[in-house]
Amino acid sequence: MLSYALTLALLSWSAVAQTQSKTLNLYTARHYSTDEAFYSGFTKLTGIKINRIEGGEDALFERIKAEGAASPADVFLTVDVARIWRAEQAGIFEALKSAVLTKQVPAHFRAANNTWFGFSSRARVIAYDRSKVSPGDIARYEDLAGPKWKKEICTRSSSHPYNLSLISSMIHHLGEDKAREWARGVAGNLARPPRGGDTDQLKAVDVGECSIALANHYYYLRLLRSAKTEDRALVERVKIVWPNQNDRGTHLNISGGGLLKTAPNRDGGIKFLEYLASDTAQTYFANGNNEWPTVKGVKLDNPALEQFGRFRTDSLPLAKLGETQAAAQKMADQVGWK
Amino acid sequence: MTTLAATLRTRVFKEESLNRIGALGFVSLVTAALVVAPIVAVVWNIVLPSEATWSHLASTVLPEYILNTLLLLALVAVGVITSGVSVAWLVTNYRFPGQRILEWALVLPMAMPAYVMAYAYTDWLQAAGPVQTTLRELTGWRVREYWFPEIRSLPGAAAMLSFALYPYVYLLARSAFIDQSRSTHEAAQLAGYGVWGRFWHVSLPLARTGIVAGAALALMETLADFGTVSYFAVNTFTTGIYRAWLSLGDAVAAGQLATCLLVFVFTMLAIERRQRGRARYAGKRNPMPPQPLSGWRAWGACALCSAPIAFGFVIPAAILLKLTLTNPEVQFGAHLYGLVFNTFILAGIAAVAAVAVALLLAYAARTLTSPLVHGANRVAVLGYALPGAVIAVGILFPLGIIDNAVIALLREYFGIKSGLLLTGSLVALIYAYLVRFLTVAFQTVEAGLTRVTPSMDDAARSLGLSPARTLVRVHAPIMRGSMATAALLVFVDVMKELPATFAMRPFNFDTLAIEAYNLAKDERIAEAALPALVMVAIALVPLVLLSRQIAASARRSRENIH
Repeated sequence: MLSYALTLALLSWSAVAQTQSKTLNLYTARHYSTDEAFYSGFTKLTGIKINRIEGGEDALFERIKAEGAASPADVFLTVDVARIWRAEQAGIFEALKSAVLTKQVPAHFRAANNTWFGFSSRARVIAYDRSKVSPGDIARYEDLAGPKWKKEICTRSSSHPYNLSLISSMIHHLGEDKAREWARGVAGNLARPPRGGDTDQLKAVDVGECSIALANHYYYLRLLRSAKTEDRALVERVKIVWPNQNDRGTHLNISGGGLLKTAPNRDGGIKFLEYLASDTAQTYFANGNNEWPTVKGVKLDNPALEQFGRFRTDSLPLAKLGETQAAAQKMADQVGWK
Repeated sequence: MTTLAATLRTRVFKEESLNRIGALGFVSLVTAALVVAPIVAVVWNIVLPSEATWSHLASTVLPEYILNTLLLLALVAVGVITSGVSVAWLVTNYRFPGQRILEWALVLPMAMPAYVMAYAYTDWLQAAGPVQTTLRELTGWRVREYWFPEIRSLPGAAAMLSFALYPYVYLLARSAFIDQSRSTHEAAQLAGYGVWGRFWHVSLPLARTGIVAGAALALMETLADFGTVSYFAVNTFTTGIYRAWLSLGDAVAAGQLATCLLVFVFTMLAIERRQRGRARYAGKRNPMPPQPLSGWRAWGACALCSAPIAFGFVIPAAILLKLTLTNPEVQFGAHLYGLVFNTFILAGIAAVAAVAVALLLAYAARTLTSPLVHGANRVAVLGYALPGAVIAVGILFPLGIIDNAVIALLREYFGIKSGLLLTGSLVALIYAYLVRFLTVAFQTVEAGLTRVTPSMDDAARSLGLSPARTLVRVHAPIMRGSMATAALLVFVDVMKELPATFAMRPFNFDTLAIEAYNLAKDERIAEAALPALVMVAIALVPLVLLSRQIAASARRSRENIH
C-alpha cells in the first residue's frame, strides 16, 4: 500500500513538471554555473519558469527520440554542431519563421532551413610555448602536420567532438585525400598518445611535455581570468595563435539549439530561442563562459575576450561539419590518431 | 544417508514445482522479464541492418580495443584477487596492530568512484602536477629528460579500477573465510599441512565461490567502465561501442557490439558455473580462532592491509580535500544540500527495491527446478556488464513505447490528455538502476541463501511450514546479514552511478555524482572535488555500518564457541 502511494507520488512528480504552460522544458548539454544568469534573466523577462535537464547531448537526444510525440521537451541545446546536425537529420526540430532569429544569427551559424541556431561560438586555437616557438612558425592548422613538429604536439582524443569537427572542416577545405594526409601528419607529430582534456594540453605545454597544443579558446581564457596565480602564470608562458588568419580564418564550433516539433510550450520555446539571440543573453555568453556571441556587434563586457580583438573566422556553413563527422572519425581511425 | 535425503528432496521439489511455478515462478518470471527487457532491446539490434561501421572498426581499431580490454581485465583480475584475498585472509585469521580498524576500513575505497580517483591521481601525478613539479625542483631535471610512470595509461586505469573494486573480493572472501569451519582446518593440520598448505589447499578452494563472485562483479564493472578509461584515453571495447554510436552515428552497430560484449560475459559466467558444478559447501559455522602475530610479521601484516586503504581512499581523498580547500571558486550552500537529498532518495529506494527483487529471484531459483526460471535469472544479471549509456538507451526505448501507448489509450477511451507517465519519472530511474545493479544484490543474496543448508529447509518443511513461512521464519533471520549487505552495496553503487542517471532523471534533479561529473567534464576538477568528496563522505556511512556488522558477526560466532 505504502509502495503504491509512493509510486503514485513519484509519477505525479514527473507529470507536474511537464504539463504547466507557464514553464519551459529545456534539455541542454551546457553546464556552466554562469549560465544561471541567463536562465533567471529569461524568467524575469517573461515570467516563464525554466525546467532543466543537463546531460550529454547524445543521451538527451536518445531520450527525445524515445519519448516521441509525448516528449515534454520544448528546446534542445547542444555544445557541438555535429550533434545538433544529427538531431536535425532525425527530424526532431521545427523550422522556424522568426524574423528576430534570422536577423540576429548570421546564416553560417544556423541551419539552412532554420531548424537550429548557433548562439555562441568557440574557436579551436593553437597554443604554443613562447620560449620554443615563435608566432610565425605556426600560423595555420596545416602547419601542425609539418615535419618540424615531430613529437611536439599535444591534443585530446580524435573522437572528441572538438577534434572531429576540426578534422571535418579540413575535409571540406582540403578535400578528403589532403585532409587524410594532414591527419596522418598530426598523428605522427603527437608527443604522447592523446589523453585528458583541453586544459590538460595547455598545462602540458606549460611544463614542457610538448611545445604545441590544440585547445578551445575559452579554456585558455578561463586560466587567464582565474583567481589562482599559477593559472595566470601559465598564460604568461603559453601563448595562442588564431590559425589561418591570412586565408579562410579560424575554425569555429558552436553551442546552439532548436525548438522541438513536439514542444508542448511552442510559444515559450520560440521566446526562449529569441531571447538567447538578444543582446542581453549574448553578453552573458561572452562574460560567463568566455564564448564569442554569434550575433554581430554585441557588447562583450569581457575585457579578456576583447583583448584578443577581432580575428578572421571560417565562414563555412557549420551545418557542413555534421555531414562529414563520421568520415572524420574514420579518417582518424585509419591514420592512427587515437 | 545424505544421498537418500537428497533424492527425497529432489523428488519432493519436482512434484511441487509443477504446482508452484504458477505463483512464485510466475512472479519471478515476470520480474526477470522486466529486467531483461532493456537487454533484449539492445540485442534486438543484431537483426537490424547496419552500415559499413563494422568493417571499418574491424579493419582499424577494434583489434586493439579488444586486446586492451582483455589486458585490462587480466590486470584488474590479478589486482582485485591478490589484494582482496590476502587482506581478507590476514584480518580474519590473525591478530596484529590495527587489525580491528583495518577490518572495517578496508571497504572504504568502495566509497570512491574509480573515475573520481582517476581525476585526483591525474591532477597529482601528471607532469604539471605537484609530485613531478617537486621532483623537478629538487633535481633540476626538465620534463622529457626523466622517466616517470604515466598515470593516464592502461596500467594506470587497471590500478584505479583495482583500488576501487577490490573491496568486492575482500567482502565476499572475508565472509567465506569467517564461515570456514575449524574442524576442516584441524583435519588439514593433522594431515600435515602448514599455514600455506592450509591456505592453498583448504581455505582458498572453500572460499572460491565468494572470491569468484567478487571478482566477477569487479570485472563486469571494469567492462562497463567508461569514465575512467575515457579519461585516461585507454581505448577498450566500450570505447568501440561509444565510437560507433556517437562519432559514427550508427546506433545499430553500437547495439551489435554491445551484444557481443553480453555474449562474452554470459559465456564467462556460464563457464564458471559449470566448473563449480554442483559443489555445495555446508559446514558448520565454527570459525578458527585468530592467531596473534608478533614482530615484523605483525607490522608487515599491518602495512600490507593499510596499503589498499591508503591508495584507494586516503590519498585520493586528501588530494580532493586539498583541491577543495585551495580553490576560491568552490561554493557550499543550499544547492549542495539539494544534491545530497536527491542522492539519498534515489540510492535508498533503489537499494530496497533491488534487495526485494533479488530475494524473489534467488528464492524462486532455489525452490523451483524450472530451467526457465534459472535461465531468466542468468540473463537478468547481465545488466551489470553493459555500459550504463547502452542500458539507458535500452530502457528508454521500451519505456517510450509503453508511455505513448498509454497516452493514446487514455485519450482514445477516456478523453484524458496526459504527459509521459514513466519516462522522466523517478520510477523509470529506479527501474534503470535495477537493471544495472540487480546482480550486485542477487549475487550477495544468493550467496547468503547457500548458507541456509538444504537440511534446514527439509526440517522446516517436515515440521509443516509452508514455503512462504519457511522464508519468513527460517531464511529471513539467517539472511538478514546478506540482505543488509546487498542493500548497502546497491546504495553505494547507485550513488556513484552516472550514465543512466544522466539520461533518465526528472527535470531539475541533479545528484552529487552528476554535479561532480559535469564539472569535471568541463575541466573544472577543483570545483568537482567538493561534490565528489561529499559523495564519498555519504557512501562512508553505509560502508562502515556494513563492515562493522560483518566484523561483529565474526566476533559473535567466535565468542559463542569459547
